[in-house]
Amino acid sequence: MKLPTPPLPKALRPKPARPGSRPPRNGSQANGSVQDLRPGTANGSGDRPSKGGGSTIDREALREKAHEVPIGIAGWLDERSGASPFARGFLYRKTPKGTNWAYTLGSATMFAFVSQAVTGVFLAMYYNPAPADAYESIARISNEVFLGEFVRGMHRWGSTVMVVLIFLHMARTFFYGAYKYPRELNWLIGVVLVVLTLAMALTGYLLPFDQRGFWATVVAVNINSSAPIMGPYLADFLRGGAEFTATTLSRFYSIHMLLVPGLIAVLIGAHLYLVAKLGITAPPWLKAEKDKALSRDEI
Amino acid sequence: MNAKEKEQYLRDYSVLKNQGKSFFPYAIAKDGTMALITMLVIIFMALALGAELGPKADATTTSFVPRPEWYFFFLFELLRVIKPPALTFMASIGIPTIWLVLLLLLPFFDRGPERHPLRRPIATLAGIATIAGMAYLTVLGALAGSPNEIELQARGQEDGKLATASAGCLGCHTIGENGNAIGPELTDVGARLPRQAIARTLLNPTAPMPTYQELQQKDPEKFQDIVDFLASLK
Repeated sequence: MKLPTPPLPKALRPKPARPGSRPPRNGSQANGSVQDLRPGTANGSGDRPSKGGGSTIDREALREKAHEVPIGIAGWLDERSGASPFARGFLYRKTPKGTNWAYTLGSATMFAFVSQAVTGVFLAMYYNPAPADAYESIARISNEVFLGEFVRGMHRWGSTVMVVLIFLHMARTFFYGAYKYPRELNWLIGVVLVVLTLAMALTGYLLPFDQRGFWATVVAVNINSSAPIMGPYLADFLRGGAEFTATTLSRFYSIHMLLVPGLIAVLIGAHLYLVAKLGITAPPWLKAEKDKALSRDEI
Repeated sequence: MNAKEKEQYLRDYSVLKNQGKSFFPYAIAKDGTMALITMLVIIFMALALGAELGPKADATTTSFVPRPEWYFFFLFELLRVIKPPALTFMASIGIPTIWLVLLLLLPFFDRGPERHPLRRPIATLAGIATIAGMAYLTVLGALAGSPNEIELQARGQEDGKLATASAGCLGCHTIGENGNAIGPELTDVGARLPRQAIARTLLNPTAPMPTYQELQQKDPEKFQDIVDFLASLK
């Protein structure tokens, strides 16, 4: 499916330069504020032929000024951060011909992660990771807190959606051969993100502290401890000792809401940086036909 | 990929890229649509399915059903499909770890320049086989009966069968076709251990198996039924 070319909204269209005013410098609008300091010539209003009474002109000028406000703020930020080349490079980079809907799976996975983060923040406001109160606090969220059950449902099913999406994204990358040169590093980061996502699912399963989650976690950690070399150490780290104790729950909570999501956020950043830097892959069945105009441009 | 192939790829890619459209607003519009669909699916599932909260965790109970989330079924099911105890280690850790390492190192051993899925049949078939295997194991896991059920012929031990099924033994042991192969198999435990030894093991088990002392004190008849049933398994 191809999207038709939408018209640019009015606010984004460049305005024609007014007679007498300096040609606008692209992006940084610092000159606008400089102009305002000079009496009389502000916005070149002196050159404009007056139509109607003074009040109309004032309103026009005001509207003009109001339009300048966001540009002024963006200009102020840009002058101090120099961010606009990056933003422009990120937003106006080209995506190759033939990208289809399968290419949205990665961003959808990230969106699911953002949704998990937001709902997770609200759940953490009411959750208490103490073995004596964890189950009760989840019951409170479900039964008493405003929209609590809904937010918990979103968090619970959001995990399923995220796991499904990340596997679909991985399958798309695999079958399109998108892990090959020069994107090997991004594939590595992606596989680590899959593992971290599964780690999130596993650690989150214990937190409601009901029978299902508790025993599934006991079994999972026991399986973990049967691994050679690292297994017993990893299991001890997860349990906070040789047995399931009161520390286990708070340890899982900390891993679930601080350690792993922090790592995921950092790795998503690296993943995105590499996507922007290396470009989105073209579908493997597309062949590049040398464009005459383009080769002239390159010369 | 040698240097020439790399160069060729970068060249072709830059041509295709230059023929494409700008990320904003075209790709953003698609991504935004997909994000909206994702959001609606999550909200719909939250409203329609809710978030259940089972009975409170109790480390002293024995009638638990350790079922993971459905997307871990394929890992869990590996344990049940691979029966020999010597290979249990392979099922629990070995195969998933090997698969993960293969996935991580994929771009380092699959370095050919070809990207079309139909022109790299080995990779494509391996991918399809992996997905099919995971799907098969997931379906098996979903269809597996509750671990509180024993299908084995019980030779007039109905009470003991019921008691054993509800005591949660199958969480870790297999009896016939049922249960999880985490602990030793119980299908023929009667042939290996005498009645008294079975009773002793239930009362003073080796960790991590929980003890059934409480059951013996509260409901000695039920405890005896379990011992009788297990001893009859030969």
